[in-house]
Amino acid sequence: MYDVIIIGAGAVGCAAAMELGKYELNACVLEKESDVCEGTTKANSAIVHAGFDAKPGSLKARFNVQGSNMMKELSRKLDFAYKQNGAMVLCFDENDKPGLVQLKEKADKNGVKGVSIISGDEARKLEPALSDAVCAALLAETSAIVCPFEMTLAFAENAYANGVDFKLSTQVLSIDKLDDGFEISTNKEKLKTRCIINAAGLYADKIHSMVSDKPMKIIPRRGEYMLLDKSAGALVSRTIFQLPTKMGKGILVTPTVHGNLLAGPTAENIDDKENVSTTKSGLDDVRSKALLSVKNIPFNKVITSFTGLRAVGDTGDFIIGHSDIRGFIDAAGIESPGLTSAPAIGQYLAELVGEIIPLESKKNYIDTRKGIAHFNSLSVDEQNELIKQQPAYGKIVCRCETVTEGEILDAINRPLGATTLDGVKRRTRAGMGRCQAGFCSPTTMALLAQKMGIPIEKVRKTGRYTENGGQDNE
Amino acid sequence: MNDHSLIIIGGGPAGMAAALAAKKAGIDDLLILERDSRLGGILNQCIHNGFGLHTFKEELTGPEYAERYANMIKQEQIPYELNTMVLSVECLKDSNKKAITVISSKRGVQTIYAKAVVLAMGCRERPRGALNIPGYRPQGVYTAGTAQKLINLEGANIGKEVVILGSGDIGLIMARRMTLEGAHVAAVAELMPYSSGLKRNIVQCLDDYNIPLLLSHTVVDIKGKEKLEGVYIAKVDKNLQPIEETKEYYPCDTLLLSCGLIPENELSVDGGVEIDPRTNGAYVDESLETSVEGVFSCGNVLHVHDLVDFVSEESARAGESAARYILNGKKPIKETIEIKTGNGVRYTVPYKINVDSADELTHIRFRVSGVYKNTSIVIKSGEKELMRKKSMILVPSEMVDLVLKKSKLEEADEAITIFIEEASQ
Repeated sequence: MYDVIIIGAGAVGCAAAMELGKYELNACVLEKESDVCEGTTKANSAIVHAGFDAKPGSLKARFNVQGSNMMKELSRKLDFAYKQNGAMVLCFDENDKPGLVQLKEKADKNGVKGVSIISGDEARKLEPALSDAVCAALLAETSAIVCPFEMTLAFAENAYANGVDFKLSTQVLSIDKLDDGFEISTNKEKLKTRCIINAAGLYADKIHSMVSDKPMKIIPRRGEYMLLDKSAGALVSRTIFQLPTKMGKGILVTPTVHGNLLAGPTAENIDDKENVSTTKSGLDDVRSKALLSVKNIPFNKVITSFTGLRAVGDTGDFIIGHSDIRGFIDAAGIESPGLTSAPAIGQYLAELVGEIIPLESKKNYIDTRKGIAHFNSLSVDEQNELIKQQPAYGKIVCRCETVTEGEILDAINRPLGATTLDGVKRRTRAGMGRCQAGFCSPTTMALLAQKMGIPIEKVRKTGRYTENGGQDNE
Repeated sequence: MNDHSLIIIGGGPAGMAAALAAKKAGIDDLLILERDSRLGGILNQCIHNGFGLHTFKEELTGPEYAERYANMIKQEQIPYELNTMVLSVECLKDSNKKAITVISSKRGVQTIYAKAVVLAMGCRERPRGALNIPGYRPQGVYTAGTAQKLINLEGANIGKEVVILGSGDIGLIMARRMTLEGAHVAAVAELMPYSSGLKRNIVQCLDDYNIPLLLSHTVVDIKGKEKLEGVYIAKVDKNLQPIEETKEYYPCDTLLLSCGLIPENELSVDGGVEIDPRTNGAYVDESLETSVEGVFSCGNVLHVHDLVDFVSEESARAGESAARYILNGKKPIKETIEIKTGNGVRYTVPYKINVDSADELTHIRFRVSGVYKNTSIVIKSGEKELMRKKSMILVPSEMVDLVLKKSKLEEADEAITIFIEEASQ
């Protein structure tokens, strides 16, 4: 019997797992996909929000500011990419200026430091590519960018190193309440646990309703993005937001932590929780609105576009806490600023578990994690040392991002390793560049096929493998 | 041993031809750097025939063509290093030498030096993301060349029901290849009103297998979350915008993209080489020297060719020019003629000619921007006509090769214009 089972291996589920790894507990993460970081966590703006936007007093405000304050230290200890690049919220109309003042007031109430209002000219001095129409801006110095894949993998790998189990490709079908806990039926096995953390993202309502009669609704909100080549990555150095107006929330333009330029997202409530398709109208919208903020974005350098679904709850805030059923804890409706908030939410979830099960600190707790060597960012001496130890680091597989065979082998072979092309891509950036895996995918597929002992055409881009290595048509 | 006269980046058809020509011109201390595990580049996966009609006067497969050159390289004892990727090229200010940083398991990361460099890195395919096709991002969407590699080199069986977007030559070749592998190719959709592939490939790869070519059509939506389930194809209007009412669903498990090739010039750009936005290749003069002294460019990294035979021919000239630069130093530049493009001419390689250093015959290569029937290609300098060549048909899929005599160049002023003269109605 487990003490805690976490349902969902996104940023929140993995953060909770990492926190629970600090204690003498039997914990396990269940994930229906074949990898961690497969849902909402993998497709968002990758921003560590400063915390000026959330309503004071809300859970969003609390965890946003806490998470933002934790992130730098975590990135150092757990070896994931993070950069404090600052942000601006642009105002295009004198009449909208009070909106900036309100944001500033919210920032003060939420305890966000380094926030000021600047003129249009000052904004353009800091970011010369900004539109001439900008008349004022909110400057937020603590805003940052992060790699959401690496961050979530880092949480998961650290949790794993501290003894948390991960059962991937394991989908929860039903949950029965027992006297001393729960029995969870999955597509693979039945599992007993004293406590459940529901971090199932878009499906948190479905999981919740397996246990509780109290209604919960999670609405998928589609957000479409365009990602541009690194040659466009320096157009702006800060994350550029637009002040929400009558015309809508606006979209952001930001460098990514790996040096690409990202524009998006649109915001559209839809019904289908699996609909991650992009649309012509959505992409057109991203393009035209992004150009309001930043002049001359070279949209001919788009290397890919994608859709993310935010898991929007029906309360206007995160839904985090004990449910009406003792031992069943919800972490639902984690939309923006969810990525930022994840580590703080994880801490809080561990506290909630502590209210049910006494927590005892683990001896030999490991508080660090070493990521995959990003060859491209090492010094020549470090690179040569690596190649000497392991010649596979001297073989470039992904030309566009300079990813070596050594990194790909590490991504495949390490605990919770990649089993799909997208899994390798998220861990190493192989296939993330301008040719979008045209050159490297046959090699990566061959390496995956070799590891798994399957024919190359059975290697999946994404999704689950069945037991016999074939396709799972579910 | 880390200081060479000439370093050639890329061991495909361009790099090998450049090396052979440089060797013949008297350069012994040269080195080819190839990132793949064998010489030959993309030819190794082109197992169809149709190569070498100009060069060897016989029809060879891609690997055969590559092997002939690889054998010559070995015969001439030209050194080459495989599994070696160039990370950067830098022109040193003080010595004018080129510093080339390479990586391989054998060398580690190392900087080697050369007096001259030939860029012969080839090109890459335009991926789905750059085409902005809306829809899902499932498995089963490949660029045609990636599919070609998976099938021909990895022996993978990638799909059974196929749609191809873009009628580039690799797409056409893959239509036939997939058919021979037992797949059904439902259609080849091409955005433009004409094919971007060679006529012979349309006949031999589509017509012979009853595969429809849908001109002025494009893919407007991709279905299937994890695995491709189908695509919507629609007709496009004159402005290349899809017409919603004409949308038709094609169930398929494979979508191949053959929508253009992009010279792979990231290294060149980092090295300070100026790029012509029309070709995405370097600006070169008649000797195929780039804007950086002692750095030459040839083959598909310079501009995308239709036939490998022309790559070999062009690259040999780059090799010769590099040899001349190494042996004689910087050429004297007195009179420069700029080549301007007029009606119907998309670009020219070279974009300028140094008259004094030009050979007796100067090749000017370009592509046209549409289909032109019964026209003349005209070169003028001011009002003076230097050359006129009648042409039955000019199509964008075929590169045009004009040969201009030095005596004609000497008649020109500072600029010449090349254009297509259409018959007056």
